[in-house]
Amino acid sequence: MKPNLFVARCKAIAARGLGAETMVMSATSSTLFTLNEVASVIWKSIDGTTPLREIVAREVCSKYDVPLDVALEGAEAVVRGLAQHGLLVISEKPISVSIGSSKADQ
Amino acid sequence: MSSLAIGMVEKALKRNIPLSVQLDLTYRCNERCIHCYLDHDDHGEMTTAEIKDLLDQMADAGVFYLTISGGEILMRRDFFGILEHARLRTFCIKLKTNGVLLRKQEADRIKALGVESVQISIYSHRHEVHDAITKRPGSLRRSIEAVRLLREHGLHVVMANVLMSQNVNDYRRVRELAGELGAQFVVDPTITPMMDGDRSILALNVDEAALREVFRNEALVGNVEEFCAPPQGADENALEMLPCSAGHTACYVSPYGDVYPCVQFPLPSGNVRRTKFADIWRDSPQLNEVRSIRLRDMPSCFRCTHGGTCTRCPGLAYLEGNMRGPSVQDCEKSYARTGIASENLKSRRAAAQTVPILQLVQIQGLGPSAPHPSPEVRGPVQRLE
Repeated sequence: MKPNLFVARCKAIAARGLGAETMVMSATSSTLFTLNEVASVIWKSIDGTTPLREIVAREVCSKYDVPLDVALEGAEAVVRGLAQHGLLVISEKPISVSIGSSKADQ
Repeated sequence: MSSLAIGMVEKALKRNIPLSVQLDLTYRCNERCIHCYLDHDDHGEMTTAEIKDLLDQMADAGVFYLTISGGEILMRRDFFGILEHARLRTFCIKLKTNGVLLRKQEADRIKALGVESVQISIYSHRHEVHDAITKRPGSLRRSIEAVRLLREHGLHVVMANVLMSQNVNDYRRVRELAGELGAQFVVDPTITPMMDGDRSILALNVDEAALREVFRNEALVGNVEEFCAPPQGADENALEMLPCSAGHTACYVSPYGDVYPCVQFPLPSGNVRRTKFADIWRDSPQLNEVRSIRLRDMPSCFRCTHGGTCTRCPGLAYLEGNMRGPSVQDCEKSYARTGIASENLKSRRAAAQTVPILQLVQIQGLGPSAPHPSPEVRGPVQRLE
């Protein structure tokens, strides 16, 4: 079984909900992303301390009728992509709240 | 604008979301620029608590792009407290400053707070020209130091060059300077009336020949042939097009809490000290009137040959007396760009040709106290002839 991943939002980001979607931008690269409905649900739930698997099971699988392994694979791809652009940090241990302490503006 | 950003604007428009807001923290300033449209006295700025509450309201209303400007933003002692709150509410933050008060400590904090870009006005590469415009000796040196410092911190810096008769020959060198400093360069050839409607500073605007030259500079406009192509009349799509984002996905809030469609469109639309931001945005009769304007409804622009390509600013039109009318300044730009006069300019020229005869009649008949034709009517047309 793969290790748990913990994910937190970086501080220097802009984010805002737009309907079911979310606009996200890294201040360092000025690159804009839009997250679809499912990715937005994950974005809102990440807090640095809840394992990604638990978030996906609770927020995605239960609402969208998707098997956990499939949903988790997709979620990991999304968070790794966003981490590459400086929007998220990922760790195998819980992340200090100070890293991703931005008030969750969803 | 990327297709993603365009899509975002379209979605915001559909949902009536104020995607973008410029918030001026103060009109106080440590420079006295000759072209500035503001009254620099403090008439009761919003407190720190009021501004933070407004930021909360704007975040809740969906504002994504937040431009914090002034006046000079660093004149507010609580500036960084406000900036920290804006960061907490995850705006995409852009700052406008003259940089005069900016040192390493300020640059450190701006960097740490994830500001997307900082815009600094540079009027000339020549100290005597820049400092004469700002009326502050040493201001160019300080502003350039600020640009350099911010760039050293890895921040995106925009050097804005407002063109006027005093500095019209310097923009190429300012652009080179921006390149040397690693800053983005933008040029703005429009001097706007003061917010109280005083139009005297319009005399600083560059003349038509200079504007024509700017519009034919490939480095500034890209494909000159395309940019200066003969105008196309408005088709059915153009008739329904929105003039700009003002009041549609963007608005402006003054240091006193007044809400306007845009900083360049001072139509009072509400005050956040009396009404919630979201309620003003949704229900203001003034904003809803602005939203209702379409090219189809503007008699003097409807049949104009520039209808399909005009960059008419409804704010400038409002400052000329009718937000549903043409803006002479934009008509002049269209003329400088294409060499073809708009319907509005043609009719003004025709009217101007009759003025000397009318003046003669009036002088003969009424003596020295006779009313003179308004300079607002005659001035811009004369510049084109």
